[in-house]
Amino acid sequence: MCETCGCGDPEIIPVDVRTHILSENERRADHNRQHFVESQVLAINLMGSPGSGKTALLEATAASGSAGLRLVAISGDLATERDALRLREAGIEALSITTGSACHLDAKMVHHALHRLPWQEADLLVVENVGNLVCPAVYDLGEALRVVALSVTEGEDKPLKYPVMFQRADLVLLTKCDLLPHLEFEFEALREALERVMPEPRLISISARTGEGLEAWNEWLQRSRNACREPTRRV
Amino acid sequence: MHEYSIVGALIAEVEAEARRRGASRVHRVQVRLGERSGVEIELLREAYALFREGSICATAPLEIEPIPARWGCPECGLLLREGAPLRCAPCARPATMLQGDEILLQRLHLEVA
Repeated sequence: MCETCGCGDPEIIPVDVRTHILSENERRADHNRQHFVESQVLAINLMGSPGSGKTALLEATAASGSAGLRLVAISGDLATERDALRLREAGIEALSITTGSACHLDAKMVHHALHRLPWQEADLLVVENVGNLVCPAVYDLGEALRVVALSVTEGEDKPLKYPVMFQRADLVLLTKCDLLPHLEFEFEALREALERVMPEPRLISISARTGEGLEAWNEWLQRSRNACREPTRRV
Repeated sequence: MHEYSIVGALIAEVEAEARRRGASRVHRVQVRLGERSGVEIELLREAYALFREGSICATAPLEIEPIPARWGCPECGLLLREGAPLRCAPCARPATMLQGDEILLQRLHLEVA
């Protein structure tokens, strides 16, 4: 190396990159979304804590006729295929993604699952994410809508504790609402918490056990499905 | 704990960019993380310290710029104060997020021959 002028020294240059760190996942999610839009299938990313009642909600949805919509499901779980088995017993064509140690589903896992499921024949594809209020919020799967199941026993402060999960949700389902008489749950406190993390809070109280709220949920599904069939609307 | 998966994606992005630019080494990695991105700064640092070994980032320090969350009214531009309901009361419009959801690889310092 030339010690006089430094010629031949390696040059260090700053490079502005400004790309999303998860751009690979974003790309795959857009690819999934394109499939869903072309096939006019409403894809929903269903998230919530472990035990919030996501699988029970889908079982009850199927039992109630799911507004006449044909429903298929992909179910993410760390270690078992239990949820998918339960869904199949409820008459829902369902496939399991066993994530091993991953705390969330990503767009690639969903894409692989799509190849093993006759989802194009359905009206509604529900991806039941891994039970977790943190990690799944970060990964776009290509869904049109995000639904968060929050059970009444988790407490009304959860939206403030896990704002990222709720801020991007299109709908919050307050599950297990048949338990409300046994709890000191402040409905107003939940409303106020949601207003602070969601620009347009939408909430349906629902019980898979008594059927309360299923009609409103089915109506929401029907409306959303109709909206995704309108070619002019961006989903 | 998805920060491991985020760091895996980060290092892959850095490697791709370095390859594109014909760089032999990376001297610095600068990242922007929004307060409401769902990624924790400290966890990301820990994951990076583990994952960078043996990669092109092995000797490159990670600098993280935190971006605070800001919400505003799309109609009148009113900036909402922190913790307030995400709605512009005068315009009766839902607020939009102006910043705070960034998960960005912002800048690299690359060594080129």
